[in-house]
Amino acid sequence: MHEVDMTRCLLLSMNEWKQQHEPRIPRVSQVHLQVGSFTCVEPDQLVFTWRVAVQNTWLDGAELVIEPVPLVGRCVRCNATYSPDPEQAYRSPCCQQPMEEIVSGRELRIRSVDYAFSDHPADALPAATPA
Amino acid sequence: MHMPLEDTLGLNLLAANQHQAEHNREHFDAWRLLCLNVMSSPGAGKTSLLERSLAALAGAYAMAVLEGDMTTQLDAERLEAVGVPVVPITTGRSCHLDAAMVSGGLKLLRQRLDPAELDLLWVENVGNLVCPAEFEVGEHRKVALLSVTEGDDKPLKYPVMFREAHCVLITKIDLLPYLPVQLERIEAHIRQVNPHCAVIPVSATSGEGLEAWHQWLKAQVAAIAPAAPAALVSA
Ligand SMILES: [Zn+2]
Repeated sequence: MHEVDMTRCLLLSMNEWKQQHEPRIPRVSQVHLQVGSFTCVEPDQLVFTWRVAVQNTWLDGAELVIEPVPLVGRCVRCNATYSPDPEQAYRSPCCQQPMEEIVSGRELRIRSVDYAFSDHPADALPAATPA
Repeated sequence: MHMPLEDTLGLNLLAANQHQAEHNREHFDAWRLLCLNVMSSPGAGKTSLLERSLAALAGAYAMAVLEGDMTTQLDAERLEAVGVPVVPITTGRSCHLDAAMVSGGLKLLRQRLDPAELDLLWVENVGNLVCPAEFEVGEHRKVALLSVTEGDDKPLKYPVMFREAHCVLITKIDLLPYLPVQLERIEAHIRQVNPHCAVIPVSATSGEGLEAWHQWLKAQVAAIAPAAPAALVSA
């Protein structure tokens, strides 16, 4: 399943993000994704592969939260936005135009990360020593 | 306890693949070759088409094939028979090629030849209509194949690949007289999700449409190949 490969990409990005906080280790509670409906990603499948992949890693327990983004097109003739429907061959209901411009629905984006630093001394920055 | 924190990333989920794809493309550009990513569902006739196109274009271009479809050794031999090197890509049973796999294929290719001598590199993707379109490999153009035997509603059922393609080849048109499908409907459905791509009906059996397809290819090679002083000519 391609969700496994997508999870691998996501973990690589998360590892890079973690390095920005070194030497402290952020405790991540939630990772927020935006996933467009005009992509080949099954959100449930992605959440499932994430749960398996983060077990026993620094992200263990972090929840993947997916915000679905609906497909929105813009009619090239009258500029109105609409919800393209496969049953209607994605055409605009106003002017019967094909789906030319996509306003949203192609997103595959890591939006944000919720985290904290624990007070455990090992995680804290070393205190500045007086000169 | 510290305050909870939030970092806004706004990062592409596939950023890791994207970076590798850009790296591949930098190589392709340095070698001044055109890279095609050829995608279709299984059995749409990628190998038969490639066989015809490689034979027809071998006189004009230096070419190589990165073979990502889980085809038999026989398929590779069919293609090599026209004198074009074929390098198999290890996909690890993945349902698509990604940029790292193509990078691995390029390493093998470089053991056999100098890619700077190539004009055209074909990447034959895994037979799958769903996800190859989401994983860039560094290609300059995406080509999707759709066989007339697949019915006329495929572009509406699996729209992402047809949306992303620069060129859609409708294959096996020699079978049209025996099928309850109309070429016009297939083409119209592709246009519904991708109004401006090239749509070329072809048959690797009868040869119909191949000339138009090769003309399209030549135009793409010409568009990227020469770093001539074109800036003075083009308005
Ligand atoms: Zn309209």
